[in-house]
Amino acid sequence: MSDGPAAQSPWQTVTITRIEKRTPRVTSFFLRPSRPFAYRAGQHVDVRLTAPDGYQARRSYSIASAPESGETIELAIERLDDGEVSPFFHEVAAVGDEVELRGPLGGHFVWSDSDGGPLLLVGGGSGVVPLMAMIRHRAALKSAVPMALVFSARVWNEVIFRDELIDFHDRRDGFDLVLTLTREPARRPADHSRRVDAAMMAQSIVRLPAPLRFAFVCGSNAFVSAAAEALINAGVPAGLIRTERYGV
Amino acid sequence: MVTRGFSGRKPPTDTDARIPPGQYLEQGFPVLSAGPTPRVRTEEWSFTLKHGPRPVKTWNWKEFNALPLTKMTRDIHCVTAWTKFDTAWQGVLVDDILADAGIEPLSPFTLALSFDGYTTNVPTKDLTTGKAMVALLYEGKPITPDHGGPARLLVPHLYFWKSAKWLNGLQFTERDEPGFWELRGYHIYGDPWREQRYTGDP
Repeated sequence: MSDGPAAQSPWQTVTITRIEKRTPRVTSFFLRPSRPFAYRAGQHVDVRLTAPDGYQARRSYSIASAPESGETIELAIERLDDGEVSPFFHEVAAVGDEVELRGPLGGHFVWSDSDGGPLLLVGGGSGVVPLMAMIRHRAALKSAVPMALVFSARVWNEVIFRDELIDFHDRRDGFDLVLTLTREPARRPADHSRRVDAAMMAQSIVRLPAPLRFAFVCGSNAFVSAAAEALINAGVPAGLIRTERYGV
Repeated sequence: MVTRGFSGRKPPTDTDARIPPGQYLEQGFPVLSAGPTPRVRTEEWSFTLKHGPRPVKTWNWKEFNALPLTKMTRDIHCVTAWTKFDTAWQGVLVDDILADAGIEPLSPFTLALSFDGYTTNVPTKDLTTGKAMVALLYEGKPITPDHGGPARLLVPHLYFWKSAKWLNGLQFTERDEPGFWELRGYHIYGDPWREQRYTGDP
């Protein structure tokens, strides 16, 4: 796996060019950097906001767009009620506003088509964001790498990127989507209505045409702990599993 | 650059001096790791001091717990921008490990080694003279696996990725050899007060 260092990257000003509501709690912000940068699927950026008195807040957000997506990058930001930066984005930020951004960052939770597969992606809630960059990267390149996404959300209306994911799945070109809803009945034939578990992981792995090369797991801390344990119980060697966690 | 419409939620001024630049105060204890949480049983646990590839001394769990225990209550700072005040640890100072092995520091740099293959580099002088310990207890209880139990390194004056979880050894190295995150874009030293987050930060 090309697991190299992140490029050195100073702060720069980016402009919000588009805002798109994804779910009741998640909104995508499309940002145009003044100095466009190359990134890899799975990487994140740091965003910095500055108050008039000089007080600054910074947070890390995963990039949702594919590296091939041109000069804007997409961040899908979940509104956290007790947050400091996400409420600014959801309540204040408008097209034309500028914020400061540093990136791309992170050299471990990344995948490029040349790294190969098959891949199992496991996302919980907004943990799907860096995985979406991988899925879109695969689609942009018309890659043949087999990839499965198990995506856990509470309800159907909180499935971020839902229509796009179902569209990718329906192409039948080696991308397999399994949704699992924890607070609603499943809606598609192969979907589930429970928390992720070893049986669900094994079922997705068995549908891949070759042995698993990597598993990427992203979500809240509790979700990642449970999903990583489920993968291990499904027989996936710990060394193949890469995780990214947020929250406490 | 002032962000239009952003006022922020400033921490109380009496704590300002304890929060490094770019950090916010966290009441919880977030978990960060690059892979699954290893389950290390104390029956299988061992800790080895190495000089390059050569083992100098190895302790099992019982032997290690018989070393002098020290309490350390410190603020900790994660590169993902949270700071947590007054975390209370107990463990064995690196000084006491060296004393038990009967050695002085063998080289200017040290690589921390973990059960899951994780590594991180620290200048040896940042580990000695009471600055760092191998922690065994957090808030008086065994450290949970998510937080690096049974034993983790604690180097509180550097960003927390230096405080390697699931520690199983310290290796003296002649050169400052970058560890896991240092090879993946993070700063070679990681001083929170100088905001040494990423490669190339001053």
